Amino acid sequence: MTCDEAEILLHALIDGELDAGHAREVEAHLATCAKCAAAARDYREMKKAVAQGGLRYTAPPELRRRIEASLPQTAAPTRRALLKGFAMGSAVSAMAATGLFAVILRSDDEARLQTEFVSAHLRSLQANHLTDVVSTDQHTVKPWFNGRIDIAPPVVDLGSQGFALIGGRLDYIDGRPVGSVIYGRRQHVINLFVAQGAGTEPRAAKMETVQGFNIRRWSDRGLAYWAVSDLSKEELANFGEKFEAATRAAG
Amino acid sequence: MPVKIVDNDPEQTRRFRELALPHLDDVYTLARYLLRDAADADDAVQECYLRALKHFHTYQGPSIKPWLFAILRNVCHAEYARRASAPSTGADELPEDAERTPIWHETQETPEAAMVKQHDAGTVRRLIAGLAEPFRETFVLREIQNLSYREIADVAAVPVGTVMSRLARARAMLRSAWLAEQEPKK
Repeated sequence: MTCDEAEILLHALIDGELDAGHAREVEAHLATCAKCAAAARDYREMKKAVAQGGLRYTAPPELRRRIEASLPQTAAPTRRALLKGFAMGSAVSAMAATGLFAVILRSDDEARLQTEFVSAHLRSLQANHLTDVVSTDQHTVKPWFNGRIDIAPPVVDLGSQGFALIGGRLDYIDGRPVGSVIYGRRQHVINLFVAQGAGTEPRAAKMETVQGFNIRRWSDRGLAYWAVSDLSKEELANFGEKFEAATRAAG
Repeated sequence: MPVKIVDNDPEQTRRFRELALPHLDDVYTLARYLLRDAADADDAVQECYLRALKHFHTYQGPSIKPWLFAILRNVCHAEYARRASAPSTGADELPEDAERTPIWHETQETPEAAMVKQHDAGTVRRLIAGLAEPFRETFVLREIQNLSYREIADVAAVPVGTVMSRLARARAMLRSAWLAEQEPKK
């Protein structure tokens, strides 16, 4: 396990949310990495302090009284409740409204979207989450996406250029299904996420770093790409260039 | 879609009182951390309970706390939108570099016990208040409200992986602030 993975997973360990297998892996990492072990020790102390810290608030009595008073006492709706009913005016459930807000708030937020790709990448690294279809053959991986998502992610063979095809996976980013084509280089994994682009204009590649992972994003022929990996920027850029060249050559 | 008016079924209202009112302090606590303003928190909590009663027929269990929190969160985001359109400072905007803040702060050679003792509730509240909104929300839901990752994901309408990375970032930022607090003042 690398420090990048442990940085995230040690919290799940502290919170008791990790399964036994991963808990052992994180603990093994903490046993050998002083930096992560120090962090875990501080986080446990912080957690204890927060739990004991009297950080909760008590609702003011006046607020409690107001809320009690606003709840209907009889079968007849209060004027206020009626007005509220008209004002909000729809039968959509509160939970559906939650989803709507989420879409509005997140759609224009590139930074948060990138975090979601990194999260998806991290999830994929957990045991048995990496691939839905395992194949080193592009002619197996490509048709697998048919009918699963409404785009056809290009799958090219870059094995001779040092990037081995591992397989494909269906993932969800921002509540939408997204295809991921998985490549490997040495022991490193590259998740290449492919989604419908915002337009057909090609967009030149941009490299960013989020939580220690590098993300190379670009658009081409109506598709948007995010390659996420713990590979160095140079190697990930190299991967992106080879992938773009190969898809162009394939027509 | 037809407009549905609260029908005020006395039995429904009675059940709502029994289930939802005991969580008033929890809902109020979350509102205080999300809005960082006592008066705004009062209004948001009251609005939350009105909406919750109105939509009570959609509540399916098992735990009502996350359901109330999701409604409160909606109310708070309406408040953020109001604040953003008001010509005031955008204190709640996520700083552009928030996701890139260095996650590691090298530890000082200080015993953790001392680190804890020096921080009273007021200091910890202030440090939490300093976190950008998504991180503050995730941290409070986990550490003060004791929700599971799955429940937090449902409340915040994000994947569990996002909850994990936000929590990691929130704790890393708090840890840095926490350690910085105890460095001797000049």
